Amino acid sequence: METIREIQGYAYFGMTVVFVIALYGYIVYLYKGKKRGMDYEKYSNLALHDDLNDQILEARNDEEKDSSK
Amino acid sequence: MQQSTAVSYDYTVARWFTYTTIAFGIIGMLVGVIIALQLAFPALNGIAGEYSSFGRLRPLHTNGIIYGFTLSGIWASWYYISQRVLKVSLNEYPFLKLISKLHFAVYFVIMLLAVVTLWMGISTSKEYIQLEWPIDILVVVAWVLWGISIFGAIGVRREKTIYISLWYFIATFLAIAMLYIFNNLAVPTAFVSEGVGAWYHSVSLYAGTNDALVQWWFGHNAVAFIFTSGIIALIYYFLPKESGQPVFSYKLSLYSFWSLMFVYLWAGGHHLIYSTVPDWMQTFGSVFSVVLILPSWGTAINMLLTMKGQWQQIAENPIIKLMILASTFYMFSTLEGPIQAIKSVNALAHFTDWIVGHVHDGVLGWVAFMIMAALYHMAPRLFKREIYSKKLVDIQFWIQTVGIVLYFTSMWIAGITQGLMWRATDQFGNLAYSFIDTVNALHPYYAIRGLGGLLYLIGFFIFSYNMYKTMTVGKELTEEPANKTPMSA
Repeated sequence: METIREIQGYAYFGMTVVFVIALYGYIVYLYKGKKRGMDYEKYSNLALHDDLNDQILEARNDEEKDSSK
Repeated sequence: MQQSTAVSYDYTVARWFTYTTIAFGIIGMLVGVIIALQLAFPALNGIAGEYSSFGRLRPLHTNGIIYGFTLSGIWASWYYISQRVLKVSLNEYPFLKLISKLHFAVYFVIMLLAVVTLWMGISTSKEYIQLEWPIDILVVVAWVLWGISIFGAIGVRREKTIYISLWYFIATFLAIAMLYIFNNLAVPTAFVSEGVGAWYHSVSLYAGTNDALVQWWFGHNAVAFIFTSGIIALIYYFLPKESGQPVFSYKLSLYSFWSLMFVYLWAGGHHLIYSTVPDWMQTFGSVFSVVLILPSWGTAINMLLTMKGQWQQIAENPIIKLMILASTFYMFSTLEGPIQAIKSVNALAHFTDWIVGHVHDGVLGWVAFMIMAALYHMAPRLFKREIYSKKLVDIQFWIQTVGIVLYFTSMWIAGITQGLMWRATDQFGNLAYSFIDTVNALHPYYAIRGLGGLLYLIGFFIFSYNMYKTMTVGKELTEEPANKTPMSA
């Protein structure tokens, strides 16, 4: 019984550390996105400019890329 | 983009789901008010024999609201939003159009069968999955058709990036697919009993504590992935679109999405605190429920901040008002839930009416307000007509808001009174009250709850009337409005 409690204690501590690192790491990753040329904020425009005739924000294939120029 | 202007978005199925949202909303809420009044005035149980008993009607209420009203609202929005943010029209893809129509047809048959069988008393008796196995198989078919529709549309999309709302729709699809199948695993009794019993009857594959665990892993995540992620999908599209404001922080929307996905699946154990499941699982459920405040508030705050500098729109536009109140109730409800999941609070709150109050401030305030706002936003685009009456939207808003407040305040008081009376003892350790004492004490609050529900239902009738008039006699529009939904005074 004591062994299980000990394992639970270490697991609790270990998981807390892992989650804190993972979650804060993701925040840093998102905020550093701009340096990689990744501007996440522009994707809000997917909702705002969603008419079929609106400019495509980022075309998926070459054909669309050409036609959206 | 300069593609063919002859193609336009196809809203046929979005319209069909709009009709079912309204129809099941009326049925689900009407039955809800009846059973609320039955709790206050038990004589109402017998007005139509077995068909009016609480036990028959409650599954009709819960299934009608969850799978009828809410899923219809989510799917009406899905067939509207997905085409727009992916810039794909169903008119260009006849196969996807056919799938969407089949999806609706199978869904409609399921809902008709659900109403008939549940009313007849055919039930697995497991909360929120009362439908028997033949209907379950149809549900899987409907779900697979939706899956084809989701991944088919994504497969042919023009926009490279998938908008955040669609991630939430995908989460709803994947999580419910997994949970529904696991919790529904059952043995049809006729197959193993050489024909004894009805052919449609089945017995769950799980028993005892295992059954409870699987049931609440499903039960809580039905809340998570229908009432939460499915509705977040709506607000992330409709609030920015209606207000013309970009999402305050797209990064926060991504962060909230992944943290919500990770945390929510573990929280179901809070339904089993102080039961026979292992203690560590109860603690797990409790801790993860508290952590859940963060991603939930991440989304809600993101929505409120989207209105930064634009708060005058709340006064001008009742649809924005509906959505901001929905978002506020989401914050409120996701604070209340974690508080109830704390072990010491749960010791008092468990099995009381406070839990019922919590569910309803979430569903009435967040889910239904958001779905009605979504339908109001879509209606002029789907039917090419202005909203019939802005005034009616305002009237509906206030009647329903008062209804919600009466509902949850009465249930708070009832729940805490109930919890305290159950645990009260005299100096010798004997229980101070019998069950009937609590029933007598709760009667006034049950009556107030019935009134609150009735006000909400009246508001929903006003909404339905406004939608009907919009579809039939609303002022015709020559072009699609960009942001603010046009309304006649």
